Amino acid sequence: MSFPWAQEYKPSHPFMQYLDEKLPLPRFVYNAVGAGYPVPRNLNYFWNFGVLAGFCLVLQIVTGIILAMHYAGDAKLAFASTEHIMRDVNFGWMLRYMHANGASAFFVVIYAHIFRGFYFSSYKAPREMIWLIGVAIFLAMMATAFMGYVLPWGQMSFWGAQVITGLFSAVPLVGESLHTWLLGGFSPDNATLNRFFSLHFLLPFVIAALIILHIWALHIPGSSNPTGVDVKTESDTVPFHPYYTAKDGFGLGVFLIIYTSVVFFAPDQLGHPDNYIPANPLQTPAHIVPEWYFWPFYAILRAFTFDFLFIPAKLMGVLAMFSAILCWFFLPWLDTSPVRSGHYRPLFRKFFWALVVDAAILGYCGGSPAEEPFVMISQLAAMYYFLHFLVILPIVSSIEKPEPLPFSITEAVLGKDDKAVLTPHHAPAPSAA
Amino acid sequence: MVRIFGPLVGLFFAAALFWCFGNGAVQYLTAPAAKTAESLFHKHPHEDFKLASDGVFGRFDRAQLQRGFAVYQQVCSNCHGLKYVSFRDLKDLGYSDPEVKAIAKQWANKAPTLDEKTGDKATRDNLPADHFPAVYYAGQGNPPDLSLITKARHGGAAYVYSLLTGYSDQPAKLLKRFPDAKTPNGLYYNPYFANLNLAMPAPLTSDGQVTYSDGTKATVPQMAKDVSAFLTWTAEPKLEKRKQVGLAVVLYLLAATALAYMAYRNVWAGKKH
Amino acid sequence: MAEEAIMQTPTGMQTPTGAEDGVRRRDFINIAAVSFAGVGGLAVVWPLIRQMAPSADVLAEASVELDISKIAPGQAIIAVFRKQPLFVRNLTPKEIAEADKVPVSSLRDPETLEQRTKPGKANWLITMGVCTHLGCVPLGTGDGEPKGEFGGYFCPCHGSQYDTAARIRKGPAPKNLAVPPYSFTSDTIVKVG
Repeated sequence: MSFPWAQEYKPSHPFMQYLDEKLPLPRFVYNAVGAGYPVPRNLNYFWNFGVLAGFCLVLQIVTGIILAMHYAGDAKLAFASTEHIMRDVNFGWMLRYMHANGASAFFVVIYAHIFRGFYFSSYKAPREMIWLIGVAIFLAMMATAFMGYVLPWGQMSFWGAQVITGLFSAVPLVGESLHTWLLGGFSPDNATLNRFFSLHFLLPFVIAALIILHIWALHIPGSSNPTGVDVKTESDTVPFHPYYTAKDGFGLGVFLIIYTSVVFFAPDQLGHPDNYIPANPLQTPAHIVPEWYFWPFYAILRAFTFDFLFIPAKLMGVLAMFSAILCWFFLPWLDTSPVRSGHYRPLFRKFFWALVVDAAILGYCGGSPAEEPFVMISQLAAMYYFLHFLVILPIVSSIEKPEPLPFSITEAVLGKDDKAVLTPHHAPAPSAA
Repeated sequence: MVRIFGPLVGLFFAAALFWCFGNGAVQYLTAPAAKTAESLFHKHPHEDFKLASDGVFGRFDRAQLQRGFAVYQQVCSNCHGLKYVSFRDLKDLGYSDPEVKAIAKQWANKAPTLDEKTGDKATRDNLPADHFPAVYYAGQGNPPDLSLITKARHGGAAYVYSLLTGYSDQPAKLLKRFPDAKTPNGLYYNPYFANLNLAMPAPLTSDGQVTYSDGTKATVPQMAKDVSAFLTWTAEPKLEKRKQVGLAVVLYLLAATALAYMAYRNVWAGKKH
Repeated sequence: MAEEAIMQTPTGMQTPTGAEDGVRRRDFINIAAVSFAGVGGLAVVWPLIRQMAPSADVLAEASVELDISKIAPGQAIIAVFRKQPLFVRNLTPKEIAEADKVPVSSLRDPETLEQRTKPGKANWLITMGVCTHLGCVPLGTGDGEPKGEFGGYFCPCHGSQYDTAARIRKGPAPKNLAVPPYSFTSDTIVKVG
């Protein structure tokens, strides 16, 4: 499970020795995120986002459990109880703003984490399983965030629930019954609100369990690194603690400065004003938009404006929106280049940046009203999105000529790697020019 | 398998999108969406509108909030409720306990009561612990509650101010271009309102309409500004505390992060990476 | 960088000069960073605890004003104070005399009626309607309700009997019915809490 040079947990205090014998939890932590986990020495700041994402989940669970102590899951009371939290509960305003903006922070972090994965091909063997679990975590996050947004029962909550559950009515044959079943009624109401509350409370714990699997799977091959070259010798790695605990501590500080600046000085900036209007089933807001983190996918959903062949536009939109995420599951087999890091893949790198721009365009269009020219732009952007993952990546990975890789991480960092040559288990390094 | 089906699926979606794009483009070129009166004449709230509570160091101007409350009490409260706000919250504006009690007791709109034994409905004087009673405007439905209005509209307080001071006659240009868009009877033209015509007549019409106890001259812009400030407070009474706590938190985090950076450099000292 | 320089520890304890285990400058920064973060972490705990304390709307209802002008001598009402029953009783001179007759030393919870009422308002007996045994609501306020052997209140749960000063006289309750903090703001208005 780890490299042979990993430090072993050796408790000195008799109590810790006793504990280690009966319940080796400290040993487990030591090997997971302590000095017992050797990590490549060359990780850049993009490797901070995993720890930050874990922090965000804890933040959301803690603030969420507290909000649930004051929130009333009832269509008649939900909005007023949210205002009760904002006005009367001690520090309620702070906890609610932390939770609402915590969702945004979580998605900022997770998108950085995912795009790190895209650029450095973190999904490639031997790390496919980490990637697959990660995509599942992302799907669970999206469901959690969506249901959480419904809970204050404002106008955007209500109409968001109406539109998103309405997607399921596009399913052929059983769509309408499925829709009614999901809502527990014919439109979003008390039954819908209560099941969303229950599931919103449950799913974060499912995510926590998935994260444990994600980290477990990570510890089998060990962390990837910016060169994409496998770890060869001890000099390629440093122990997680204190090296990366220190670096993650600093990263956490920077993250918290940005996050708290938003929480305390612009807490409603990322939300929509309409959600401060109580839900009204008889009046639709002028523009229904989801939270910003769904905009790219919302743009893809809305890009399908005409029936294609025999498939209704609505069904196409739903299929495409789900496929846009599901195709990530197949990335390890779509991109077959033997080189992992984008640093050494000139052609791939160009397309990667095109994808970044494309995602930004999709996001912008998804947040704009469904008018021209946004619809036409989002159609072109969505086209690139699908071509990128499903067509371009397979082609690029077979025709591209990668740049020469360093022999080892040590060589990449120090310019030369004497140790690699001297280490008995490895063949002498070929000169890497 | 993935490398065969993947590209096929990708091409399928791309083809469908191209089909939609082509159809959309033809439609856009042959029958572009017509301009509407709203799209041409709707105005965005004044961007230069500023309140004492704006910004990182923003604090409420208590005297202004009290004047704004006077405007609400004497004008707005005839039609608009404030149901998420309690009378006791007025202590925030600098009123003393007896003053708050008197305001609640004298509030024209009484608190509804229901005798659970007889089913009789009656009213009683408001208490400080009560929320402002809901307002029903006979025959006109229920005008929006104002508790959260500055949070519930794009532009916030600036929107409220712009709307209150923005009533005008319909521009001749508008009527010339859209003869059908004439403001219907019973509605009033206001370019700051999303669809240009609203059911509320201009509420602030003349200087001195509201009596200010602090001697400030009650001009229409002054009243509009004061009530916008008051409604900023009703939407978020904890705004000031939020900014105070925020400053302490961010300052602490800047120091903590600087220390964390030094610790990080320390730990990695001599380790090239 | 004076790595080997002996520094003061954060607690101000001077380490022996030249000692091997002296806290070095590098360690000092690490300890300072961790301690500083720890202080912040502790500060965060405060709102998390504080949010469970009564909220502003609950506290706003922690005191009530009662109009007692309509309570005739011999009558009692049940008001609500902090979501609990509050007994307000207008004692008759006979009931006052009965209460004063009892030798205080013979009581389980020795208190005079005078101690349980306000000066000059001995007829206004204001107590919580919560039996001090296990928290039931005693009977005796409404017309025709049993008042117990001592003419005050009777708790039907376990048979505690209170006298006309709402003092425990018989049964399992350990204490007299509690008198909440209150004051007369006028002859007819009582502010409780």
